[in-house]
Amino acid sequence: MVKGIEIRTSPHLKRALNVQQIMRSVVYAMLPICAFAIWQFGLSAALLLATTTGAAVATEAWFSRLRGAGNTVADWSAVITGILLGLTLPPGFPLWMAAVAAFVGIGLGKALFGGLGYNVMNPALIGRAFVQAAFPVAITTWTPAFAPSRFVELIPTTLTAPFMRPESVTDWIAGLGVDSWTGATPLAMQKFQHIETPAWDTFAGLVSGSAGETSALLILVCGLWLAWRGCLDWRIPASVLAGAALTALPFWLVDPGLYPSPWFVLCSGGLMLAAWFMASDMVASPVTPWGAIIYGVFIGALTVIIRLFGGLVEGVMYAILLGNAAGPLISAWTQPRVYGAVKKARAKS
Amino acid sequence: MAELPKHQEDLSLDTFVRGLWKENPVFVMLLGMCPTLAVSNSAINAISMGLATTFVLAGSGALISGLRNWIPKQVRIASYIVIIATFVTIVDYAIQAISLDLYAALGAFIQLIVVNCIILGRAEAYASQQRLVPTLVNSLGIGAGFTIALFALGSVREILGSGTLFGLHLFGAGFQPWVVMVLPPGGFFVLGAWLLLFNWIKQRGERRADAPTGVPANAR
Repeated sequence: MVKGIEIRTSPHLKRALNVQQIMRSVVYAMLPICAFAIWQFGLSAALLLATTTGAAVATEAWFSRLRGAGNTVADWSAVITGILLGLTLPPGFPLWMAAVAAFVGIGLGKALFGGLGYNVMNPALIGRAFVQAAFPVAITTWTPAFAPSRFVELIPTTLTAPFMRPESVTDWIAGLGVDSWTGATPLAMQKFQHIETPAWDTFAGLVSGSAGETSALLILVCGLWLAWRGCLDWRIPASVLAGAALTALPFWLVDPGLYPSPWFVLCSGGLMLAAWFMASDMVASPVTPWGAIIYGVFIGALTVIIRLFGGLVEGVMYAILLGNAAGPLISAWTQPRVYGAVKKARAKS
Repeated sequence: MAELPKHQEDLSLDTFVRGLWKENPVFVMLLGMCPTLAVSNSAINAISMGLATTFVLAGSGALISGLRNWIPKQVRIASYIVIIATFVTIVDYAIQAISLDLYAALGAFIQLIVVNCIILGRAEAYASQQRLVPTLVNSLGIGAGFTIALFALGSVREILGSGTLFGLHLFGAGFQPWVVMVLPPGGFFVLGAWLLLFNWIKQRGERRADAPTGVPANAR
């Protein structure tokens, strides 16, 4: 065989982009979001992100040792899961619960299925769904953004001892001197009091919420950079956002006082973060172009339906998990026709 | 059935012990999943369910074994169900008389013992072919294995889900309950974790048993 000549089927042109490089790019894209979260929520957010990332990496290392298949930490995917998980949790979330979430996410969501490439659902969201079901109070305890003392002291719930109930933050918030704190995120205010937070505040991220979900603008910029680098399928975030906006539009047109505007739907809650960084999970989403669009619209529409009519304030997590579950089916439905092949129905006759 | 030469098992320790581990109804045979997942949310529920099932297993097994030569083959399933249902009714009234709280906690699952596939499986596979004493011993072994498995699930779910074991507080008042553990998904999580652990131990044991001979596994 002549060296240097390789006979193979298409594609013949490919970019030298391996798993590690893609994963590293995603980590770089998330760093500005992490920095904003820390600037907004202070030391507690920094500790939270460090805990989820550390626990995710440790779990990955432990499971890959158990499997005896070499160390899989080096592919950076566990780091992504850890950071993403941290970004979706409330900033004052007790660290021991965050570690549980990371362990369940990597262990149950990924390692038990066979590691990266075999997970059916997004591991970070599996971890978050588990703690949402296990600790429903702690995961909906919000603290104000830009508290004056955020770089000096921790949110009191952060350092709760393992297995212990976090204390109430009401007194602590009252002592902060933050004006007009109602204890609700923009989403909850819209849902229960029908007060829509000004568009610019939710877009720029000057509101409270989970650690890394607040600034739609920043997430948009980072996501676009990733899409430009070719590290995610642009169809997925585009169709998630379009699906959400189009589902919200008719309700808003009928009764703008009761239902949120499409603009608010896009910028509030975790939709922006989820659309760019979680729905686009390469393993758990359909690979065909039309499949990606159907999957995205399904997630976007479901998110809005859960938000408007469900008991929960935010629905994007369950929407994506359901989308992941439907992913293989969508992929199978939307297989492109092989060039030159005849349709089955016609071939029969 | 009389024309078939039947293998009669002699009574030995294994008749009882294999129900605990080698043929554990939950962890090995994966039978009786419905009560396993439904009533294992606390240790006391799990133990009571296990004991109730053991009683039904032993009673129905003994009766079926004693009547095995008189039950016509064509209607055997119906006959077994009638016998099992009789014992389930006894258990149902007994639990109601002993503790109404427990009766309420176990709910419909006491009556549902009648459709528990462990019991019908034992009746069909063992009691209908074996003599009375081995059947009784084997049923008690299977029942003990079922009770141990339910307790393994129930204790973990109760400790994490409410911070108690048999109602005693283990962690003090500040404990954060893992709500999901007493809910149905918790049953699946804990069962999966136990299966994972047992299979891991079993596989590790097999690997260790293979290793010292120095013969590759595929050469034998």
